Amino acid sequence: MSKSMMINCDEATSICDKNQYGEASFLEKMKLRFHLFMCKHCKKYVKHNKTMSIVFKNHAEICKKESACLSYKEKKVLKEELLEAVE
Amino acid sequence: MDQVLKKHTLDPNTWIDKYADYLFNYAIVRVNNSDIAKDLVQETFFAGLKSAKNFEGKATERTWLVAILKRKVIDHYRKINSKKGKAEVRMSFYEDGENEGSWIEERVPQSWDNESEKIIENEELKMTLERCIGYLPGKYAMVFRMKTIQEFETEEICKELNITASNLWVIIHRARTQLRKCMEENWFNK
Repeated sequence: MSKSMMINCDEATSICDKNQYGEASFLEKMKLRFHLFMCKHCKKYVKHNKTMSIVFKNHAEICKKESACLSYKEKKVLKEELLEAVE
Repeated sequence: MDQVLKKHTLDPNTWIDKYADYLFNYAIVRVNNSDIAKDLVQETFFAGLKSAKNFEGKATERTWLVAILKRKVIDHYRKINSKKGKAEVRMSFYEDGENEGSWIEERVPQSWDNESEKIIENEELKMTLERCIGYLPGKYAMVFRMKTIQEFETEEICKELNITASNLWVIIHRARTQLRKCMEENWFNK
């Protein structure tokens, strides 16, 4: 195995993070896999990261459902203030 | 073609109706707080009014207002970052020496029990997660939120914040490592 396949935990978990968005390259994924053979801490990180991604995904769904709009009243106040400033 | 006809003009009287929701959405996605977002939108309209004489008509009214708001958002993060002072990212790996890149002992991932039960959506989980995101420095929180919660493309975020893709991944990595630790302590192994 060439030396460039050897990565440290910081790099391994970075690749794992990138992979959560499907943006890690093939080579990166190989390096990560290789690292996981010998590192139980990072193995745990990978497992947790998958769980975290589910939590984030659920959170994203909730955020999308909450419509972000200003109320009619808020707009009215804003309008009055703006018109005042125009005059 | 007549240049004058193609020029865009400003009409502040219609701004609220036309752009308030759009700008508010833009702001809330980036700061995740409706009061702050509202203030930023308001400031944007006023700043727009103030500098209306500088409007050259090259961009549309909306693009022009968004550009102002974008600066306001960045200023906002700059302000809270300087207020928080040393609320820096907590490193999980040794940064130098012979252990460079290895886990710092007290930040090593611990085993989580009943994981599957603990990821069921509920109000408490949502609040814990928001609190953990809140512990991140402003820029980290913004990048993390845009990428993960709002699901923006990497390129889009880089362009908007003027950072490289590798900058972005470093930020995401640090944010996620810190969030994992925070959720471990406050949720999974509480």
